[in-house]
Amino acid sequence: MKDFANLFTTLDQTTKTTAKVNAMAAYFRTATDADKLWCIALFSGRRPKRVITTTLLREWAAEQAGLPLWLFEESYPIVGDLAETISLFLPPAVGHVDRPLSGWIAELQRLSALDEAQRKAGILHAWSVLPQTERFLFTKLLTGGFRIGVSQKLMTRALARATDQDEAVLTHKLMGKWTPDTTTWNALIESNDPTADLSRPYPFYLAYGLEDLDKLGPVSDWFIDRKWDGIRGQLIIRDGQHHLWSRGEDLMTDRFPELAQLIDVLPNGTVIDGEILAFKNEKPMSFNALQKRIGRKTVPKSVLKDAPAILMAYDLLEYDGQDIRDKPLETRRSVLETLLNSTPKSAPLRLSAQVTGDTWDDIANIRATSRDHHAEGLMLKRRDSPYLSGRKKGDWWKWKIDPLTIDAVMIYAQAGSGRRANLFTDFTFAVKNGTDLVPFTKAYSGLTDAEFRQITAWVKKNTQQRFGPVRQVPAEHVFEIAFEGIQPSPRHKSGIALRFPRMLRWRHDKPVDDINTLDDLKQMLATYG
Amino acid sequence: MHYLVPMADLLSFTPNGIYCEIGDFYIDPWRPVPRALITHGHADHARPGHGHYLATQTAAPVMRHRLGDIALDTVSYGETLSRNGVSISFHPAGHVPGSAQIRLEHKGEIWVCSGDYKTVDDGLSEPFEPVKCHAFITESTFGLPVFKWTPQDTLAQQINDWWASNAANGTFSMLGCYALGKAQRLLRTVDPSIGPILTHGAIENTNQILRAQGIALPDTTLVTPELDVAAQKGALVLATPSALNSTWSRRFKPHSTAFASGWMALRGVRRRRAADRGFIVSDHADWTGLNAAIAQTSAERVFVTHGYTSVFSKWLAEQGYDAQVVQTEFDGETLETGEAE
Ligand SMILES: [Zn+2]
Ligand SMILES: [Zn+2]
Repeated sequence: MKDFANLFTTLDQTTKTTAKVNAMAAYFRTATDADKLWCIALFSGRRPKRVITTTLLREWAAEQAGLPLWLFEESYPIVGDLAETISLFLPPAVGHVDRPLSGWIAELQRLSALDEAQRKAGILHAWSVLPQTERFLFTKLLTGGFRIGVSQKLMTRALARATDQDEAVLTHKLMGKWTPDTTTWNALIESNDPTADLSRPYPFYLAYGLEDLDKLGPVSDWFIDRKWDGIRGQLIIRDGQHHLWSRGEDLMTDRFPELAQLIDVLPNGTVIDGEILAFKNEKPMSFNALQKRIGRKTVPKSVLKDAPAILMAYDLLEYDGQDIRDKPLETRRSVLETLLNSTPKSAPLRLSAQVTGDTWDDIANIRATSRDHHAEGLMLKRRDSPYLSGRKKGDWWKWKIDPLTIDAVMIYAQAGSGRRANLFTDFTFAVKNGTDLVPFTKAYSGLTDAEFRQITAWVKKNTQQRFGPVRQVPAEHVFEIAFEGIQPSPRHKSGIALRFPRMLRWRHDKPVDDINTLDDLKQMLATYG
Repeated sequence: MHYLVPMADLLSFTPNGIYCEIGDFYIDPWRPVPRALITHGHADHARPGHGHYLATQTAAPVMRHRLGDIALDTVSYGETLSRNGVSISFHPAGHVPGSAQIRLEHKGEIWVCSGDYKTVDDGLSEPFEPVKCHAFITESTFGLPVFKWTPQDTLAQQINDWWASNAANGTFSMLGCYALGKAQRLLRTVDPSIGPILTHGAIENTNQILRAQGIALPDTTLVTPELDVAAQKGALVLATPSALNSTWSRRFKPHSTAFASGWMALRGVRRRRAADRGFIVSDHADWTGLNAAIAQTSAERVFVTHGYTSVFSKWLAEQGYDAQVVQTEFDGETLETGEAE
């Protein structure tokens, strides 16, 4: 695992993209097929399952180090990462067993089948023969928490360079539900058999936020539809089966059983990019209705009735078994329209309608009505654009509506984790209710590192009370909180919960007396919930 | 009938600093006092405004440079002075050149105030010497078991490899480090045959002072506005931590950045620093060093100052020491700033 550890160190320590790509490409040129396959799997979020609970790992690490557990627990928050704490807490390795990455993962899988005593013996042995970085990586794999600061896009670029293949082709090959246990390097990367995996989705084309409306040229060059507020999904109908993928490459087929009937109305060899929406009376419901279904493995009848799901179709990627992503958007859309016109209204499938206007002002007016349609804004797509893979600039833009905002005061602070383990970054905010302050949301992003350092110094000096890792601070600092949605939540004291809350600005100019009230929030819930 | 009267402590901890009442002097006081014994020249230990200073001969030039015209007497390591019946001697602490543990003895009772120290030989400072005592005042900057330093030879190889590979493709190697101690230690660690070595003004000042007292350092070139930077491609550039990501560093194109500190042992800190590399090198003792040093003193009482004081003193108490935390105003190499000494 030494070469993989070296790769990890290089990726971890450099801030330069080219250096990262070079290091990965070098690894892909020299590693064994089994190691390369696992490397791709790990870098694309396909982690081995957790072998052991973290509670046991802590105890065993303390035992192996010959030090009390409390000392471990004191060290952990300073280091900020459990596997790293273990790797540093243990005494230096004695000897070095240089098993390949795939070899250590095989060991991990072997251990997971054994009883606890044997697992312990195996783990303690591994710790004793691995140098610090390798020990850290091995422990990360043990806890099922392996993550790396490299995007799948960069990894694919390096892979493309090392294998002399097209980046988009490789991106496509890497999609789907494969694991290193179900495929080989050859089948996944080297072979060019498109039917290798019937469930394999196409990479999603992701748009950037609109930067400059003036640079878009005439409205007539653009196909515009709404950006629906649901879950982006790709429906695949091939060989009499259907698969539904999320943008994050989660297979969602079983969560939306009503879409199974689309097998009967769409021909084989059809792939549609669209948005899953809760939909009733020919209208999208609020995202809150759909949210109730997310995270459920099985869907009870009542939910199917209260929040029936449809696919709102944006685009057609495969037709009659042919990949048509290179065709212009207009062509793809006209095939999609023809296809959908022949499906019955009872099918859970709708076409995302085009919105039209003569000028950008007309379009802006339509955008302003987005919330009324439970939409997040508009999508602007060049009429002649192909369906690209990944996030690319220029052909597609999302023109979102401005977030909802509220001014609130910070009342609790908690330290972050990882890179921000020594900064206070997680804050709880409150609004006024008469003379009381009512906490209503947490937020942990949106400030600069300099601002986080500033607030950290203030929190340290002004802590009133500690509740474990949480510190109560005086209600002095006002922040503008932005969020995308609001919903009722009986679990919270405030009775509401926000979607994607973040700090928009630190309002140094705003006195605490002028913050928003709980009534303001309830008003927002009534309007947008 | 006899009463066992507990002996008064030889040192006490006052708002001005660590105080010896019998000898009437302070050690590394942080407020102006008439008489100060100084362990070493770092800014949090050698402060301005005292009536009279006492330090080692090696520490003196840097102190004079930093503090100006002060009333300063010097001693050699191991030399014994006496004040009101208190014997005073200075012993190598291995922290930076001239750094000392200060040993006090009065009626058979021995106290040692270690200042900052490290137990490994850095090839620059006078190596740490354990001193037997009854009470030991220790720092605990890195007093957690997760801190264990890279061996000096591995460290040298890491830094030289980094520099050599940068030099091979015409890239400057910009290394951030503290001006007193760390910079000169790195100068003695690197292989000067790889390329030229450039220095930031604050570091070069200290270099000159140490060279003048006979400490051998490789040749270095001060970075001035007139310097033809392009002619120095592939050079190692020693910069203070604050200069590392400042406009000062932008002249060196292209460059790779690295930072040398004990905190680089932590991945989170390394990433926050946003340097390309982090070298784990500290002038403070690591966990192993702290425990070994304390054991070698044979002390029964241990006072723990800057760093992870409460955790480390609890650990020492479990090991059977009479350990307690002492609040001081030493900044140390703190995690929050990473800038102090
Ligand atoms: Zn210090
Ligand atoms: Zn110091």
